[in-house]
Amino acid sequence: MPDKLTDRLALAKAFMQTLPHAQSLGMQVTDMGEGRATITMPYDLRLVGDPSTGVLHGGAISALMDTASGASVMCHPSAPASTATLDLRIDYMRPATPGQAITARAECHHVTRSVAFIRVVATDADESRPVAMGTGTFTLERPPVAS
Amino acid sequence: MTRRPPEPVEVIKLRREAALARLVAGVPYIGFLGARFDRRGDELTAILPFHPSLIGNPLIPALHGGATAAFLEVTAIITLAWTTLWEDMETGRIDPASEIFPALPKTITFTVDYLRSGLPRDAYARATVTRSGRRYASVHIAAWQDNHAKPFAAATAHFLMPEA
Repeated sequence: MPDKLTDRLALAKAFMQTLPHAQSLGMQVTDMGEGRATITMPYDLRLVGDPSTGVLHGGAISALMDTASGASVMCHPSAPASTATLDLRIDYMRPATPGQAITARAECHHVTRSVAFIRVVATDADESRPVAMGTGTFTLERPPVAS
Repeated sequence: MTRRPPEPVEVIKLRREAALARLVAGVPYIGFLGARFDRRGDELTAILPFHPSLIGNPLIPALHGGATAAFLEVTAIITLAWTTLWEDMETGRIDPASEIFPALPKTITFTVDYLRSGLPRDAYARATVTRSGRRYASVHIAAWQDNHAKPFAAATAHFLMPEA
């Protein structure tokens, strides 16, 4: 059983690394567990929202948080076949510090037969003060039942 | 009593295009996404030409939810800044070529609803400023692809306005 879990996590991790948009933003999966995913995105001048401050654009952080959330659904013990965002609400609490990577930690805390519920927090180097927090719902495609 | 002659259309267009270009150029992330803005009078339409790097799930394939959210967010920020800039620009209080250009609004909260999966083709979005106050503003954004009546994503956002 532990082997099966590690296999699934390795698979989920490998799958994540193939998502083109996640790739173009430089996202790296740093941790995955049951219903949990941590993804890091390096600071990049192309992702800046305001050049006078060098602060990353909210859209890039949204993309990171959405990706981490989807990943947390994919490695939920219910082993979904696929998932897609239904809705995602993000509160921006402070500007991300220029030059620092952003890390999103997502948790799929509840699933029903067809819906997954997630919480996600984004931080920069100062992990005690979140940059943004989000809650969302995702679709949950159950794998076909073996007959 | 003599009436002032109306401004030549070329002058008006040049001024508006310069202000919009400056606003859009001020956000590097818009360039990264590859989005651009189309203007008809004061109405803006954001365009996101399809590019393979915008794909989230290569199996379907569908646009990445994060790319969609980012597209809606830049549409909201540019439209909101454009709306607040309009009056100052048209009355000549702000010169689009001047050094000082108002700061952009800051996102407080952004909520996206994904209505159908984003297809691997161009996307369009328009933002409506539902409330614009001195400190806070609220914006609604809808994005569509082939059929304007069938949006694939919609969002509500609240912004903190820059200090006047």
